[in-house]
Amino acid sequence: MRSNTFKTLLLGAAFVGAGAVAASAGTLDEVKAKGFVQCGVNGTGLAGFGAPDDAGNWKGLDVDACRAVAAAVFGDPSKVKFTGLSAKERFTALQSKEIDMLARNSTATMSRDTQLGITFTGINYYDGQGFMVKKSLGVSSAKDLNGASVCVQSGTTTELNLADYFKSNGLTFNAVVFEKQEEADAAYDAGRCDAYTTDASGLYSIRLKMTKPDDSLVLPEIISKEPLGPAVRQGDDQWESVVRWSHYAMLTAEEFGVTQANVDEMKKSENPEIQRLLGVGEGVDFGTPIGLNKDWAYSIIKGVGNYGESFERNVGAGSPLKIARGLNALWSKGGLQYAPPIR
Amino acid sequence: MTLRDETADDSPRSWVRAVLYDATIRGWVFQGLVLVFLVLFAAWIIHNTAVNLHAANIPFGFDFLNMRAGFDISQKPIAYTLDSSHLQAFKVGLLNTIILSVLGIFFATIIGFVVGVSRLSSNWLLARAATVYVETLRNVPLLLQLLFWYKAVLSVLPGPRQGYMLPLSINLSNRGLTMPRPIIGEGFEIVLWTVPVAAAVAWAVARWAKRRQVATGQSFPVFRASLGIIIGVPIVVFLALGAPLTFELPELKGFNFVGGMVVHPELTAMLFGISLYTATFIAETVRAGILAVSAGQSEAAFSLGLRPSQTMRLIVVPQAMRVIIPPLTSQYLNLTKNSSLALAIGYPDLVAVFAGSTLNITGHAIEVIAITMAVYLVLSLITAALMNWFNARVALVER
Repeated sequence: MRSNTFKTLLLGAAFVGAGAVAASAGTLDEVKAKGFVQCGVNGTGLAGFGAPDDAGNWKGLDVDACRAVAAAVFGDPSKVKFTGLSAKERFTALQSKEIDMLARNSTATMSRDTQLGITFTGINYYDGQGFMVKKSLGVSSAKDLNGASVCVQSGTTTELNLADYFKSNGLTFNAVVFEKQEEADAAYDAGRCDAYTTDASGLYSIRLKMTKPDDSLVLPEIISKEPLGPAVRQGDDQWESVVRWSHYAMLTAEEFGVTQANVDEMKKSENPEIQRLLGVGEGVDFGTPIGLNKDWAYSIIKGVGNYGESFERNVGAGSPLKIARGLNALWSKGGLQYAPPIR
Repeated sequence: MTLRDETADDSPRSWVRAVLYDATIRGWVFQGLVLVFLVLFAAWIIHNTAVNLHAANIPFGFDFLNMRAGFDISQKPIAYTLDSSHLQAFKVGLLNTIILSVLGIFFATIIGFVVGVSRLSSNWLLARAATVYVETLRNVPLLLQLLFWYKAVLSVLPGPRQGYMLPLSINLSNRGLTMPRPIIGEGFEIVLWTVPVAAAVAWAVARWAKRRQVATGQSFPVFRASLGIIIGVPIVVFLALGAPLTFELPELKGFNFVGGMVVHPELTAMLFGISLYTATFIAETVRAGILAVSAGQSEAAFSLGLRPSQTMRLIVVPQAMRVIIPPLTSQYLNLTKNSSLALAIGYPDLVAVFAGSTLNITGHAIEVIAITMAVYLVLSLITAALMNWFNARVALVER
């Protein structure tokens, strides 16, 4: 859309001008000074990850990542302002300091990590790219999609994986590329494409929005690794630590059974792991060294809950998406979610 | 104009004053200062950008253009595969923008002239219909219209397997208009060469007809005759050579048509939207141009016995063109720039392909946006130059 290109230009201009006010203060100090975290999330609304609900409140796994950081910094998960971003705008928005952190189901890749001036702070959702097709096509595998028209969103790793997958399997295809996810959704719904491709989690979310959700099915093949996670600007180690450990605190809380409901009770726990997490006890303080309060992790769990709670509420059994934990289960339960110890 | 004191003496002081108050010198000095300021400002911006890019660890340069693009583009007027470079993707996007703009300008001009003249028609229904068309489409944002046309095109048409089969192996479905693709055989270039020859003959006929009309007053159907020559001669040659042209028929294989030529629904929707929208502005320009020609001109023509259609074609329109062309140029430029809205409905224009996919894959936002802006600037300058040349030709010759 033109407005987006214009926004990109504005961001570029802001970026150019940023040197004039070359701020020496770190992002954490800036965030504390303005009183809220400016967080970039999915602008077109990806239910379960980042989308406003009926009352206009942002909800989702990525939204919770932002709220966790706000809770860690201010002790209040509501001290966060959201910027809805398209796939195209997201990294420029971060580079140009329009946002303090990005949590927009973005895939961590080497080139993004090394060439965009940004750093991924962790993986809050292990995903993979899949395909959705209309049941009427009678297709049961992605290998049957030779010659298909595929709807895809531009500016995503998805667009490249799609091409690689068809090429490596000796299949031909025709990509119909849209800038906004909602436009790609509508085109698929209207029958412009045979298949729709994006991250598998996204497919389940998008399927709910179709006029007849039951007419579409998600094919079994997962054709790529899509580790999704929040990102910050490179070169601000303190802020990077704050965002990184906010995620780890939620994982650690789940691992030791600390929940939003029992966190006050858990303060009395004799378990030293839990004491270190909650900042309880003499000289136990992991917050101050990274510029936070002693009870930073307590605030996160009290305000947002642990990772498992956030997962179930947003994308798991407690949500319309009903996605199984799968790879996103804790390491101790056969998944990949693993936090380094707090000690 | 210089304001110099004629009675001034030649003392050094008055020489300084003379320089200070000389309008020409003063003009140069101020322009020089502005230029220096602009150069310094540009240098400051470039320096700032470079420093910031470096500080943020973002490499700057144009090497990325040679990297493998690795994404697909739905409409490929030139050879493009997944292994082509970003530069090739840029060319495909640019060509798609040009195709859309040229076709859009063509249709918008025709619709605009017809509607503009219709609005002034004495036929009540025709004039009102033209007014309603102009006032509705002119006042609805183009982006909404594009989304409307895209949805309309897609929702009306069936899937490829249930598509409408038209004569000549043409099929219409929501994947587009699939047609046989011409494959040029031996000797076809001779047919192409006959076109300029036929055009030259038609030009000669037109000159002869004009001279005869000046000499004898007899008119000759120049337009119909030229059309006949330009179309007829190549057809005769084509048939005489044994019709050296075969067609590759599209075949329904699997989900879609394979082979043949496709006009995608994205292009159709874009053409509908952008032509009908721009045509409303062109219609108003045409109407203003015609109204600018004094009524006495038509009355004089009628009194000479010219029919209304002849009056319009020979007397009114040529004079109106002088008023029409400058604003018409602006509309052409608007249409070209508005074509960048194409990315909303998945038409792979320059902005969608280059400032979309390439930008995101490479992350070179500043370089990509700079190149894209330069392209639109150049396209606009070319359009403006052509129209200015045309304007100079029809402008009133003052003696």
